[in-house]
Formats: sequence, structure tokens, C-alpha cells
Amino acid sequence: MQTLLELAIGYALVCVLVAMAFCAVRLLIGPSAHDRVLALDTLWMCGMLLALVLGIRFGTQVYFEAAILIALVGFVSTIAMAKFLMRGELIE
Amino acid sequence: MKGIESIPAWAALPVALLLVLGASIILTGALGLLRLPTFYQRMHGPAITITLGAGCLLLASMLYFTVEQSRLVIHELIIAIFLLLTAPVVAMTIMRAAVYRDLRARKHDAGATAGNVYVIPEEPDDSAPGRRS
Repeated sequence: MQTLLELAIGYALVCVLVAMAFCAVRLLIGPSAHDRVLALDTLWMCGMLLALVLGIRFGTQVYFEAAILIALVGFVSTIAMAKFLMRGELIE
Repeated sequence: MKGIESIPAWAALPVALLLVLGASIILTGALGLLRLPTFYQRMHGPAITITLGAGCLLLASMLYFTVEQSRLVIHELIIAIFLLLTAPVVAMTIMRAAVYRDLRARKHDAGATAGNVYVIPEEPDDSAPGRRS
């Protein structure tokens, strides 16, 4: 059963990495700027989930704190970029 | 802190199932972000990644650490509540920016005018701040 858990963790790592690659492709080829912002937001979320899966893999709680920091910074940066796209400036 | 070897079989099975399910959902959402044709359809891909995929992985992490450390470890709930609070805010902010930019750039085929909720103004408004067409 532990082998099954290790296989599942490997599958989850590969899936999240492929998802990050898809987001990176959309970030590079995105036709408009809001496509790129959306792809970057999804890339932040996939990075957070990758940190979570790595935390399960190595069995430490350190990755949890990395995940919560990535979630916070990703939210703030996405809001800042979307507001910049809408208004052309951040602080009015 | 004993590692994977200390997890009993009755806990390893649901953790593995939740991991596989969450990872597949995450991959589906990212594939939707990559493959869907227009921006307003592409908005729906990451929503499933953030809610269902992240929910499954956070549940798996909670279950794993609860069994591994033999105590209740539920501080992944912080991330879950934060994600559930901020995902609609992010989606609405990006979507409002996209609608605003599409209307201002006068793209008639971008989908921003679907349902006749927003109309493209008759003449371009040059006085709008940050205008780029």
C-alpha cells in the first residue's frame, strides 16, 4: 500500500508539472494581456499545489508555509496586475 | 515525522485516491486554459483547478499529516478558506479588466458584448485614462 501511495504522489507531481507547463505555454502565446494575467494566476496556484504535494512527499510541514506564502503573494500580484490592466495605474 | 512507511493501509488508500483525483482535475483545468478558443471560455478552466483540484489536494494533505503525526492537523483549512475567498475576487477582477479592455478596443467579436449587457460606445473615448487600443 505504501508503494501505491508513492505511485500516487509521483502521478500527482507529474500532473501538476504538466499543468504548469500548459500554463506557461498559455503565458507565452496568450493573444492578449489579460490572457497572460490569467495564465500567471493559474501558474501561481499550480506552484502552491506543487509545494503541497512535495510536503506530502517529504513528510515535513515546511512546505505548507511555503504554500501559504505563495497563495498570498499570488493573490496580491494578480489583483495588482488586473487593476493595472483596467486603470493603467495602481494607486489613484 | 516518520515518513511514508508509517502510514497504515486504511489511510494510504484514500490519500492516494484523493491525490490522483486532485491531480487529474488540475491537469484538466490547465488543459482547458490551454485549449479553449476565446478568453471568456478560458476563464472557466482555472476555476476548477482552484476549487476542486486544490480542495482534493488539501484534503489529502490534511488526512496524511493527521495520520502521520497521530494528532489533528487541520491548518490546511487556512489555505482552503483563503482560496475559496479569493478565487471569485480574482476571477471577477480579471474579467472586469478584460471586458473593459475589449469594449475600449472596440473588439466586436471578442465576446464582451454577448447577451447585450455591455454595448460598445459609439465613438472612442480618448479621455479615458490608460487608453490603449
